[in-house]
Amino acid sequence: MNGKKSSQIIQQLVFAGPATLFFILIIVIPFLLGLYYSFTNWNGVSGEVSWVGLSNYQQIFTSDDAFRTSFWFTAKFTVLGVLLTNVLGFFLAYLLTKPLKTRNILRTIFFMPNVIGGLLLGFIWQFIFVRGFTAIGDSTGCSFFTLPWLGTENTAFWAIVIVFVWQTAGYLMVIYISSLNNVPKDMIEAAEIDGANRFQMLRSIIIPLIMPAATICLFLAISWSFKMFDLNLSLTKGGPFGSTESVAMNIYNEAFSKNRYGLGTAKAIIFFLIVAIITSLQVKLTKSKEVEA
Amino acid sequence: MDTSKRYQAGTMATELVMLLIGLVFLVPFYFLFVNSVKTFGDLLTNAASLPASLEWGNYVRAFQTTNFPSAFFNSAIITIVSNLLLVLISSMAAYRMVRRNTRFNRVLFLLFVAAMVVPFQSIMIPLVKVTSTLGLMNSIPGLIICYLGFGVPMSVFLLHGFIKSIPAEIEEAATVDGSNAYGVFFRVVLPLMKPMLVTVFILNTLWIWNDYLLPSLILQSQELRTIPIATFAFFGQYTKQWDLALPALVMGIMPVIIFFLFMQKYIIEGITQGAVKG
Repeated sequence: MNGKKSSQIIQQLVFAGPATLFFILIIVIPFLLGLYYSFTNWNGVSGEVSWVGLSNYQQIFTSDDAFRTSFWFTAKFTVLGVLLTNVLGFFLAYLLTKPLKTRNILRTIFFMPNVIGGLLLGFIWQFIFVRGFTAIGDSTGCSFFTLPWLGTENTAFWAIVIVFVWQTAGYLMVIYISSLNNVPKDMIEAAEIDGANRFQMLRSIIIPLIMPAATICLFLAISWSFKMFDLNLSLTKGGPFGSTESVAMNIYNEAFSKNRYGLGTAKAIIFFLIVAIITSLQVKLTKSKEVEA
Repeated sequence: MDTSKRYQAGTMATELVMLLIGLVFLVPFYFLFVNSVKTFGDLLTNAASLPASLEWGNYVRAFQTTNFPSAFFNSAIITIVSNLLLVLISSMAAYRMVRRNTRFNRVLFLLFVAAMVVPFQSIMIPLVKVTSTLGLMNSIPGLIICYLGFGVPMSVFLLHGFIKSIPAEIEEAATVDGSNAYGVFFRVVLPLMKPMLVTVFILNTLWIWNDYLLPSLILQSQELRTIPIATFAFFGQYTKQWDLALPALVMGIMPVIIFFLFMQKYIIEGITQGAVKG
């Protein structure tokens, strides 16, 4: 009996031990440490860390304009980016479920931007915005392309939105396609017989039935856009004048450029809370709209 | 008769619209490839036109300045080793947690799920402290250990869902045949998990291969640079030298594009699987 129990303990250690150990070392301990450091004036270098209570949080909420700017930028970007990439992703998926001859190659093309990392994509698009768009504008005379895309606050914002949508729509499309393929054919046929037009069919049958996919796609898009860092860094570096600095980048700079680690961790905790609250609210909200086929 | 004709015309219109959108999606790649073989003067005067002459020398220079083979090798080692270890430890943990549904394992599983919501940026600052205390800084094995920690929650979560669908009777039969717990796992359960292992492998590969932030915090030496870090460093040094930068970007994206084109079926399936279970 005793031998059996100890063999169970050994099995638990062998099977679950390594995963648990790395998880604790790399996620749990830093998370708890971060919680502690957010109440200190840690500067990352000196061994001396003193407790400052809530003053980091107070500073963030009362006098940190850069953080506020980055927060509003991220919020605005998330709303537009999530909306547009989901609309485009769904639209592409919807049309790709039609019997098109080129659907496989089209699916490949739409998905391809997604396999490239945000950092490299940002650099590629930097060239497109600076040189490529100018060249198109010069030869077509279309003023849309001759805008100083990365030079003004408004256009730089849209530049990031454009690249984000181009990068992520294909991923969401794949999820929407598999969901659309699961819409029962007989329901579509029944609606057709009842004389429903295409728009009514989309609104009353297809969209309610693909709500589970929408839950996932919204969740993914929200977390991608909220955590955006690489694309931001390589495309605009937060410029012009810090107008496109995402929250993630603001946290990074606070700690690793300004060496205010305590303040940085306090921002990181706030960031975690915001992401956790928004994503769980969204999942709850869209889950309540899901129906059974 | 009439409706089928109209339907076909409609499908053709859709097809044309979609092809047009497809072309728009490809425009960035056109600019990238075409300008990567132009002289600096040529790409400044007209970035949209085809190259006046093919300057393959751009690639040679970019290949040497970025030290591409070293970056490629580092990226490959990190991605492959992290993936193999992740798949191994995650499937073992997930298996144990499903088949030994103790209170401890239930709490552990909940912790894994909760951790999936934690953004990397919200723990990266103390992580640097922890990794330097543990001596994991500036080393590829150290970075791999970080990937194990960050990868475990989602990998365990996906595999956990999958193992639940494998009937336990298969394992019981193997136990009767005299296999111990380890034998049952490696000879019976692991092969059955293949579809989900492929999914986990694909999702982790795309993540680790393209990751910039974590390696940029952990690796400092030039010879340890991965492709994203080498690209970033290169851009810092040769700002606006597009005749060097564009070929470097083409080389940087080629491995993952080739991987995608060959593994497309699995990638698309993997994403669908990952999303449905997630």
